[in-house]
Amino acid sequence: MNRRNMLCERCGKKVASVHVTKIINGNKTELYLCDTCAREKGENISFEGKFPLHQFFSGLMSFFPSGDADAMAPSSYSGLQCPECGLTYAQFGQIGRLGCDQCYEAFGENLVPLLRRLHGNQRHMGKIPARAGSFVKAKREIERLREKLQRKVDEEAFEEAAELRDKIRKLEGEISSGGEDHG
Amino acid sequence: MDKKERHKNKSNPPESEQIVQEEQTGSQVPEKRRAGIASKWMEGSGPEADIVISSRVRLARNVRKLPFPPLASDGQREKVHQLIERIVQNRDEKNSKLNLRMLNISALAPISRQVLVEKHLISPLLAKESRFSAIVLRDDEVISIMVNEEDHFRIQCLMPGLQLEKAWQEASYYDDFLESQVDYAFHEEKGYLTACPTNVGTGLRASIMLHLPALSITRQINRILSAVNQVGLAVRGLYGEGTEAVGNLLQISNQITLGQSENEIWQNLYGVTKQLISQEKNAREHLLNEGREKLADRAGRAFGILKHARMIDSNEAMQLLSDVRLGVDLGLIESIPLKKLNELLVLTRPGCLQYLTGKTLNAYERDLERAAQIQRELRGD
Ligand SMILES: [Zn+2]
Ligand SMILES: [Zn+2]
Repeated sequence: MNRRNMLCERCGKKVASVHVTKIINGNKTELYLCDTCAREKGENISFEGKFPLHQFFSGLMSFFPSGDADAMAPSSYSGLQCPECGLTYAQFGQIGRLGCDQCYEAFGENLVPLLRRLHGNQRHMGKIPARAGSFVKAKREIERLREKLQRKVDEEAFEEAAELRDKIRKLEGEISSGGEDHG
Repeated sequence: MDKKERHKNKSNPPESEQIVQEEQTGSQVPEKRRAGIASKWMEGSGPEADIVISSRVRLARNVRKLPFPPLASDGQREKVHQLIERIVQNRDEKNSKLNLRMLNISALAPISRQVLVEKHLISPLLAKESRFSAIVLRDDEVISIMVNEEDHFRIQCLMPGLQLEKAWQEASYYDDFLESQVDYAFHEEKGYLTACPTNVGTGLRASIMLHLPALSITRQINRILSAVNQVGLAVRGLYGEGTEAVGNLLQISNQITLGQSENEIWQNLYGVTKQLISQEKNAREHLLNEGREKLADRAGRAFGILKHARMIDSNEAMQLLSDVRLGVDLGLIESIPLKKLNELLVLTRPGCLQYLTGKTLNAYERDLERAAQIQRELRGD
């Protein structure tokens, strides 16, 4: 995500225009604030109130051990922010907790080394829930149909392609009536 | 407590109001309070119940498109609370059979919260969280659901003895029930999405509570536990700080939640537990052969102290209860039901002692009360 389009990390409403770096107890905190919030907070910038800090710091060390600083290298995370809850990847590194289900999408690739270190794996092999899982099946079916559609278009088999397109639309319609996108 | 929370409490199911009122007036009779400490998992039943005290399976689940509790606003936490409240209070046929009731944490006195922690029904984290957090309990307390802890829901099944498969199946049944009415945060690659990446995937944490006195007496425990650690399981003492295992009680649990199926996870823990049981049994055999009288003396002395001491601190009580339990297991002293020994582990904790007496107690008073409670239990009056 382009940093210039980042939302203010305090109000989450206006575009961030001020970059604040704070060192607290040896932990570097980076904040992107809108001009209003930056003026209002002045030097008293703090997460207190919004984030219950006491719950969070415990998880930090296990996630980013000192020898693994590259996992937190600025180039890989500085622009990342979850569009849904506003958590930045840097904040995640501090608190050790993700903000919402969309964070897993937003931080995508950056989470892979961490998950591999924690679990030795990165693909779920367990239970698939009946309802949320039916979506997974539908989504896989759509992927399959899209590939087929592309082939038909390449073959200029437009009649069959049109049929496939209708099928895909129907499946997509079912998914969105079941509750928008499941990420 | 703010106005909103206070209003919330008013609309609680009657059970929780009752508890609060009784606590405030102190009108609840001691026998009723004593009965409130007991729980199905302390029953001393189930396979391997002499060594395995309990089996637990816990599933972390979240609602789609709502921030996880640590980042959620009060309004968002309230939404989760309302979701589960509606499900629990819906008295259709299926729901009624599930025998669930819901207690708001904010409606519980601090001591009652601590009792729930000591009974392993809620976490210390939930006990501190009063913003729209709750616990859903089945009658027998085998099933419990923490609401708005670190994840929106934490479904727990806690059973006596070594019953991991059954615990998984029961937890999964309630999971299906919830999923039929709640949109879960689920990702096809990452599985069930959780606030902490250590739980993502299955969201499953399976754990076993074990009593391993003979391995400890024969000084094999550390070697064995480090081997357990090497196969990817976490080991910790049930009471006390860090690695120290007061009363020879240990908890072993899986660490990996992603990339293995639920069955693989519990079966792996089950296999290791079986090995620990057989090593413990070998060590007991060895102790009996080498010094039966010494062991009987140790158990008898522990029993004597527990029956007659006037003051006893928590660590000493735990150690003596361990010695007595080993003596009972091996038939070296008079038989005491496992149920009683298990309940003693819980009712000698600080929160339970204060709950039982209905008074706030300092450390000195707790040592007095602990000795009195143990005497009462062991003398059977
Ligand atoms: Zn702002
Ligand atoms: Zn998010």
